[in-house]
Amino acid sequence: MRTPIAYFLMLAGILFAMGTVGVLVNRNALRIFMSVELQLNAVNLTLVSFARLHNDLGGQVLAFFSMVVAAAEVVVGLAIIVSIYRRQRSIDVDAAREMRW
Amino acid sequence: MPLDDVVFWVFAPIAIAAAVGMLVTRSVVYAALFLVVNFGCIAVMYLVLDAAFLFAVQIIVYAGAIMVLFLFVIMLLGVDRIEVRSERLWLQRPIAIVLAIGFVLEIASALRAGIGFATHAPDGFELLQPAGNAQAVAEVLFRNYFFPFEATSILLIVAAIAAMVLAQRKARAVTQAELGAELEDESEVGVAP
Repeated sequence: MRTPIAYFLMLAGILFAMGTVGVLVNRNALRIFMSVELQLNAVNLTLVSFARLHNDLGGQVLAFFSMVVAAAEVVVGLAIIVSIYRRQRSIDVDAAREMRW
Repeated sequence: MPLDDVVFWVFAPIAIAAAVGMLVTRSVVYAALFLVVNFGCIAVMYLVLDAAFLFAVQIIVYAGAIMVLFLFVIMLLGVDRIEVRSERLWLQRPIAIVLAIGFVLEIASALRAGIGFATHAPDGFELLQPAGNAQAVAEVLFRNYFFPFEATSILLIVAAIAAMVLAQRKARAVTQAELGAELEDESEVGVAP
C-alpha cells in the first residue's frame, strides 16, 4: 500500500471536525445524533489507519468494539428521542427543558 | 499512479462532499442518505487499509442496520414538518466553523510533527494474516480480547432491553374517549409528508 497513512488520518480529522460542527450548530436531536455518528466513524478510521501503520491487528479489533458500542448507543439514543417526542411533540433540543435548572 | 492512490483520491472527496451535504441539506431524510454515502466511502477506506473484515462490518452494521434504524425513526416521527433551523444565538454558527477549521489545522500540524505526510505503511501486513483478514481478526479477538467480547454481548442485551423500556407506552386503562383521541393523534403523527 503506497498511499501515505497521514492522508487517511487527515481525512478522519476533517470528517471529525465536520461532525463537531453538526453537533454544535444543529438543534434537531436527530441531526445532532447523525453528526455524532460521523464523529464515531472518523475515529474508527483513525484506529484502522494506525493499525495499518503499526502492523498491529489490535486497532482493527478496537474499531470493531467501537462499532458494537455505537450500535448499542444508537438503539438507546433513538429510543430516548422517540420518548422525548412523545412527551413534548418536538425533538428540538431547546424544547427539552424539563431537566434544566 | 498506484491503484491505492486512485481509490483514495476518488473516495475521499466523495466522503467529504457527503458530509458537507449532510450538514447543509434541509431535509433530515436527505441528511441520513448522505450519511449512508459517507459510511460507504469510509468502508472503501477500510478496504484500502487492508481491513476487509471491517469493510464488511461497516457496510452491514452502519450503512445497513444503523441507518435503517435512523430512517425508521425519521419516518415514525415525521420530523420534516416541525424543524426549526433559525438560530437564536447568531454567533454560534461562525464560531463553530472557525473552531472546526482550527481543529483541522491542528490535526495537520500534529500529523506533520508526528508521523509526517510522507510516511508509508510498512510492508508485511499480509504476513500477519496468512489465512485472510477475517481469520486474523478472529484470532486476536478470541485469544487476547475474549473477555471484552463476552462483555459486549451483555451490553447489547442491556441496550435492547433499555430500548424496549424507553419506547413502550405506559400500560393503563383507557376510556373510550381517550382511545379515540389517541387514535386521531396517532394518524396525525404517523403520516410523514
